[in-house]
Amino acid sequence: MAFAAVFLPRAARSASPDRRLALAGAAFAAPAALLLLTILLAPLVVLLLLSLTDYRLGAVAVRWVGLANYAEMFSDPVFRRAIRNTFLYVAFVLPAGVFGALAVAALVHARTRTRSVYEVIYFLPVTSTLVAMATVWQFLLHPTLGPVTPLLASLGFGRLDLLNDPDLALVTLAVIGVWQMLGFNMVLFLAGLSAIPRDLYEAAALDGAAGAIDRFLRVTWPMLGPTTMFVTITTTISAFKVFDTVVVLTRGGPLGATDTLLYVLYLEGFHYFRTGYAAAMTVIVLAFLCALSLLQARLIERRVHYA
Amino acid sequence: MSDGESAEGVRLVGIVKSFGATRVLAGLDLAVRAGEFLTLLGPSGCGKSTLLRIIAGLERQDQGTVAIAGRPVDHLPPAERDVAMVFQSYALYPHMTVAGNLATPLEMRRLSLFERLPVIRHLSPRRRRVMRGIMAEVRAVAEALRIEALLDRKPAQLSGGQRQRVALGRAMVRHPSVFLMDEPLSNLDAALRVEVRHELSDLHARLGTTFIYVTHDQVEAMTMSSRIALMDQGRILQLGTPDELYHRPASLAVARFIGSPSLTVLDTVADGGGGVRLGALRLPFGHRFAAGTRLAVGIRPEAFALPLGPEADGPALAARLVRAENLGAEWHLHVRLDLPEEPAAIVRLTAAEHEAARGLGLLDDPLTLVLQARGVHLFGPDGVRVEPDRVRTVVTE
Repeated sequence: MAFAAVFLPRAARSASPDRRLALAGAAFAAPAALLLLTILLAPLVVLLLLSLTDYRLGAVAVRWVGLANYAEMFSDPVFRRAIRNTFLYVAFVLPAGVFGALAVAALVHARTRTRSVYEVIYFLPVTSTLVAMATVWQFLLHPTLGPVTPLLASLGFGRLDLLNDPDLALVTLAVIGVWQMLGFNMVLFLAGLSAIPRDLYEAAALDGAAGAIDRFLRVTWPMLGPTTMFVTITTTISAFKVFDTVVVLTRGGPLGATDTLLYVLYLEGFHYFRTGYAAAMTVIVLAFLCALSLLQARLIERRVHYA
Repeated sequence: MSDGESAEGVRLVGIVKSFGATRVLAGLDLAVRAGEFLTLLGPSGCGKSTLLRIIAGLERQDQGTVAIAGRPVDHLPPAERDVAMVFQSYALYPHMTVAGNLATPLEMRRLSLFERLPVIRHLSPRRRRVMRGIMAEVRAVAEALRIEALLDRKPAQLSGGQRQRVALGRAMVRHPSVFLMDEPLSNLDAALRVEVRHELSDLHARLGTTFIYVTHDQVEAMTMSSRIALMDQGRILQLGTPDELYHRPASLAVARFIGSPSLTVLDTVADGGGGVRLGALRLPFGHRFAAGTRLAVGIRPEAFALPLGPEADGPALAARLVRAENLGAEWHLHVRLDLPEEPAAIVRLTAAEHEAARGLGLLDDPLTLVLQARGVHLFGPDGVRVEPDRVRTVVTE
């Protein structure tokens, strides 16, 4: 209050205490609100307005086209394919990235002396630059130069060109996506596991929940609820935004099998300079992300217990 | 303790436990009678909680055996030892309702793994019938603990005392043969602690089950226990009723730990004639230590009396009053005794005694303190208490 008394105008100081308190609160909130407005909300409004125009980067004249961009988008087979590919990608990466990370975290958590070694191993892909790593993957998966194809061939899968086979390219990218985010999710789950009080397990042991399945169902899984919710939502969002591996490894190919939303958006906006159209796509991507996050939050929140 | 096996609650033989290089329990023996309320009392780090966890099966002893109701349980996991435990933190499942918490021990025993799995469990027709039975028992326990109104709440919505009851209920619901309690009152406020103390005593009387109770609070131990095992540094210093521990402490360490305010300990030497000297005063104990042996005299605060009447008769010491504390029902006088080095001592008076003494001017310096034999103890050079009865027979020889 002393702070407010110094910085508020004289008129506010002489006002009623309630009013003064409200004014002081507003004054404290103002800087953050201003920042939110300039870097988040204002660009969003500009984006919405752009999506209703035929603006092209560098164009002198701009025409109001209403919802024409959206109409074009939904009749465009490339965009529809991109949506389908993106959802397929998320459908693979989300369960593998969440439950894989949980399994890895449970195993690493059980280690005592070697725990930090495994933590580093699994976390390394997170710290590395994905574009640089994608080049490494390109080499690894190269049908003639890389080791993966001969390895799979020796296991009886035949000679596969993982990045150039339309049936396999998207799955290959998804596997790389899982590899990249597994470590991050694992660290979150590890933190969640470490926060579970030990005496809950002991109480469970006395109550008769001694087996691994019972322990997991009675204690671990419910206590990890908030972590799982967070990991699920962030994994969905980052999977939805798959971009760098597509650019470096496949460029949407072969035959558009790895066209994803963000890649198509990037092409429209920064290669063909159709800013208005790309803005409309961005709005759709944002809408998808918001809807997905809200849906998950709704669904999971009902079953999550916050300690 | 030559009771038959049927009267045996828990028997511990030669329990040794170390954590790394630290020896927590050093070959401990203890026989807990069936149906008694035994308290493991001791300062923190004395090994009492570890001992409880060994009985529960949460910790494995390095050596020794644990038998419950005459049956060795060393190889059994906690759930099969027929014990229930109330944790200091209560350890309630935070995501389950009170009813769910209370039902868990029964579900684990009466439902198959298949009937406990999420979703799939609903396929079992038997499950619904079993759950109905379980819920009836849960309700009965909840009624006994007066928490039936809370059955649908989650632990986070409960007060400390209510959580404590739920933890008790979860232990009670499967009728174990032994209750283990690890400082269950330490998270409650003072008023509630007194209340729950009574409830625990009632509960013990009603159930008639063996209770093993760990605490560092001597008031809890004195008020609730049938017997107390006073522990220090992984050993039992004395096992006995609260009366025995207070009035016949086995050693100086026991005498110092039990009783608040603590007893006054005065170093002295044997005079060769069975007595000790405190300044000009000679106390005839009738011991047989050689002259010059270093001994200690322990005096309970209530064993210092003011010469208020003819019944306050006996050897007397002079003292100087340093500070008087008013506790309402009683007064604690902090004094310096008129002995070499002026040792500090604490005198306990009832409010009535204090008032009478003030009227008679007995609180003016120097005070005269009359020693009451019942609260004066002699400890040998090894700290072991010298029993007066045995002393007397020695004297008559």
